[in-house]
Amino acid sequence: MELLYAITTGVLTACGLYLTLRGRTFPVVVGLTLLSYAVNLFLFSMGGLTTDGAALVNQQQGAIADPLPQALVLTAIVIGFAMTAFVVILAMRARSEAGNDHVDGKKEDRE
Amino acid sequence: MTQHLIVLPVVLPLIAGILLLYQRQGIVRYKRIVSIVSTALLLLVSIGLVNQAASGEITYYALGDWQPPFGIALVLDRLSAMMVLLTSVLAVGAVVYACAGDDEKGSNFHGLFQWQLMGINGAFLTGDLFNLFVFFEVLLLASYALLLHGGGKARIQASVHYVVLNLAGSSLFLIGVGVLYGATGTLNMADMAQRLAELPPEREGLVTAGALILLVVFGLKAAILPLYFWLPRAYANAPAPVAALFAIMTKVGIYAILRVYSLIFGDQAGSLTALEQPWVWWFALATLAIAGVSVLAAKDLRLLVAYLVLVSVGTLLAGIGMRTPEAVSALLYYLIHTTLVTGGLFLLADMIGAQRGKPGTRLVKGRPLVQGQWLALAFFIGAIAVAGLPPLSGALGKALMLNAAEGMQRLWLWPLLLLAGLSSLIALSRAGSTLFWRSQRGTATGKKLPREQWFGVIWLLSAAPLLVIFAGPVSHYTAAAAEQLANPLPLIEALMPDAGDNS
Repeated sequence: MELLYAITTGVLTACGLYLTLRGRTFPVVVGLTLLSYAVNLFLFSMGGLTTDGAALVNQQQGAIADPLPQALVLTAIVIGFAMTAFVVILAMRARSEAGNDHVDGKKEDRE
Repeated sequence: MTQHLIVLPVVLPLIAGILLLYQRQGIVRYKRIVSIVSTALLLLVSIGLVNQAASGEITYYALGDWQPPFGIALVLDRLSAMMVLLTSVLAVGAVVYACAGDDEKGSNFHGLFQWQLMGINGAFLTGDLFNLFVFFEVLLLASYALLLHGGGKARIQASVHYVVLNLAGSSLFLIGVGVLYGATGTLNMADMAQRLAELPPEREGLVTAGALILLVVFGLKAAILPLYFWLPRAYANAPAPVAALFAIMTKVGIYAILRVYSLIFGDQAGSLTALEQPWVWWFALATLAIAGVSVLAAKDLRLLVAYLVLVSVGTLLAGIGMRTPEAVSALLYYLIHTTLVTGGLFLLADMIGAQRGKPGTRLVKGRPLVQGQWLALAFFIGAIAVAGLPPLSGALGKALMLNAAEGMQRLWLWPLLLLAGLSSLIALSRAGSTLFWRSQRGTATGKKLPREQWFGVIWLLSAAPLLVIFAGPVSHYTAAAAEQLANPLPLIEALMPDAGDNS
């Protein structure tokens, strides 16, 4: 499971990073979103991966999932949502003000 | 009551921001009164906090009475009290200036302004690494909206870069915090400092990675060399009161570096002690060098002031890179000076631009100004202070910094700092003579500037002479704050008195 989880996080990060470095605002927004998904997964795994563990500290024997990363991820998801909404609106306004969707507001030189 | 004083710098702007939502489109007068009253109260509260912290006592406020390390704690020591006071002094100047009319150019200026204050104060007070992230997001989200206030093509372009870079920075912040949590099992900074002392050696690599990722994030906020490219455009295009408030934003990054690396990676951290120092030192010098050159190249007064912010960032980070109590004390003195004076200069640049009409703040010949003498006088005072000429506070701050350097450090810091000062001086005198002397032809037209704007500028620029007159008490306080920062043990013990028993 660890391997699968690590590969998923890694692939998401790589895709996110690639898209963030693109020149148009839409891929950049998608890239930032993917990056935040990858970060959320990464945070979630920071307490160690457990299956069938309750997120509680109990006295009985048995697997316990670390509750703190779950709380952190919840916060990070909420903030990430708000930021994505904002950056979408910003990208649309930049598109309408500058007349094109390049991140620098210039037309690309296409030969 | 006094025990709740610590949480007020966060709660007060929050409540004011909510009250302002009720009149989002409504009566301007009501919004201005709420905003000014809230900021003035904040000033009183932070004076109370500095009074409380000046004795050297470290107090904390456990939110919901969940004791650290489990709950979130707001920690008050000399450094955080000083930063909160600095923020509120700056905010009073900026908010009064905005009441001259800048606040009506878009919706809900005052509400966003209050929330930004909440984020800044929270970031200065918190003692929890994840909570630091949350307050960073609060202040960033408010700053995104404030940067867009008033609209316009240049502003939107600048804020696309600013927002995207900071979103990427937030992702990195979370990764860094996650790595540190995974390695140490705590998020409370004091608790983390304690756990690092007994860190198993195989986790040292992980902690180093996490710490350096955090340094990248704080470096992005502080605008250190390879990460500063967002700053000049964003600051030069922001509305004047917002740009003035942004003068404290780079200092949030500098505060975070100071706090995290002196508390968590202090003397008790073994081989991880001071792991940021070589990075910060060399990058700070490089920032100083590049900012010194950029200042000369600026063709717009607001851009010039933005690059002056960058000079101050390089100077402050060099102080962190030296990592001695004397250097930290000097940098805290310089930090107060540079925040208030560059804030004042941003406001002044806007006033000059408004009187010049069409040429705006571009450094080209224009018509004479209606209130030319007074603007020139204010510019002269601000320029002397920011370039670091005696008798104003810049000279004192720089002298303290130069004096704090030792041995080989002098060889690097002295020429760079003095040359950056020289190039600021050249750039400012060129700007001043273009704006005020080379513009005699034509008749002066344009309206007189509102009193609120003069108040804002005089309030902030008067910091320069006041910091010299009260240099004794101020530098005693910064020296004590630096001393407190160099010995994190009392802070750790204050937060977790029974830590020795169960570890």
